[in-house]
Amino acid sequence: MNKVVNGADEAINDIKDGMTLMLGGFGLCGLPENCIAALVKKGVKDLTCISNNAGVDDFGIGLMLKQRQVKKMVSSYVGENAEFERQLLSGELEVELIPQGTLATRCMAAGYGMPAIFTPAGIGTEIAEGKEIRNFNGKDYLMEMAFDADFAIVKAWKGDTMGNLVYRSTARNFNPVMAMAGRVTIAEVEELVEPGELDPDHIHTPGIYVHRIFQGKDYEKRIEQRTMRKKD
Amino acid sequence: MLDKQGIAKRIAKEIKDGYYVNLGIGIPTLVANYIPETMDVVLQSENGLLGMGPFPFEGDEDADTINAGKQTITMLPGSAIFDSAMSFGMIRAKKVNLTILGAMEVSENGDIANWKIPGKMVKGMGGAMDLVASAENIIVAMQHVNKAGESKLLPQCTLPLTGINCVKKIVTELAVLDVLPNGGGFKLIERAPGISVEEIIKATAGRLVIEGEIPEMIL
Repeated sequence: MNKVVNGADEAINDIKDGMTLMLGGFGLCGLPENCIAALVKKGVKDLTCISNNAGVDDFGIGLMLKQRQVKKMVSSYVGENAEFERQLLSGELEVELIPQGTLATRCMAAGYGMPAIFTPAGIGTEIAEGKEIRNFNGKDYLMEMAFDADFAIVKAWKGDTMGNLVYRSTARNFNPVMAMAGRVTIAEVEELVEPGELDPDHIHTPGIYVHRIFQGKDYEKRIEQRTMRKKD
Repeated sequence: MLDKQGIAKRIAKEIKDGYYVNLGIGIPTLVANYIPETMDVVLQSENGLLGMGPFPFEGDEDADTINAGKQTITMLPGSAIFDSAMSFGMIRAKKVNLTILGAMEVSENGDIANWKIPGKMVKGMGGAMDLVASAENIIVAMQHVNKAGESKLLPQCTLPLTGINCVKKIVTELAVLDVLPNGGGFKLIERAPGISVEEIIKATAGRLVIEGEIPEMIL
């Protein structure tokens, strides 16, 4: 069960134009930086990207937007990106905005083998238009479908060669649920270790969900809002 | 009239010992500064953290540890990390006792609009739709009127809705108001220091319910 590939280029080698990708991360935190760089280098285009955010102009998915590789973004919040705004307003880019919990749970449903979920998020709003509504115990819920993504690309802190993953701090965010949801899941990790080095009780994503793993390099881990308090 | 810190300070008084609280971006974030240290309160950040601590000291910032506003933060003893699905799971399952968020408009039946202005750049709803659809107790922190001088407390929202029938209380620079059930309107609870009932009436477009003497708030 050795899932190790030789770096990001090999990991994303068979990603083709027009495919649907999930990309882990929240803001710029917990992003699969190496795979994004490899996708930019490969120049694959017409992608549908499912990711909570769209990066900033010169980092994260923003780098793919700049190269016009993205046909459609599926996100909950897409501020902080001027190039994104330009492409959206000019009609070059399609955007589907969905509630953050719905986004996460549609990933989770895919990973749990469930075709759909019911959530109250969006009831009475334009998000509900055209969707099936069911009433349970006197409250309305929207039916939202599980995602179907060709690839899920996630970033973890540590992983072993069998694909077991451990995340660190709030860089966990969407990564575990997306790792479960891809037809093919690629994990890049800061530290790749041998089986047995990770405590089985501490694994966040079991390796069965992961198809390819590699140790990334040169992580920038950019901070979007560096906010500090003063020493008294 | 209250400034942003004043609004945050007044909202902090609504927090009770033992509460799990989700704070939105903007004024709601400031509320954390006014929770008494004697109180046992846990802050939830929907990107996947319970037990959000203060901003780090310079040099201690960690790119892996941020809040939902993407600001660097710290964790506290007893903090817990979880993924985004579980984060909204605990919100949907009503484990979070209080949600405090900003708004562009609130209607007299408790509808809220805070994510989209048609014709302008749309940034998205983030977690707001999930929060307002599930939270039992929602307090809105906002200015009473918009930059054009128009009331944000309306008979009906004019902007695209974030959620319906959900806001329970509003704290503005002028007043504290409860949203009465079944479309009963905004019930004036307190006036901000130096603000008259007449000024609040003038700034409120939706149905305003005033019963008896309205006390000035104590901060």
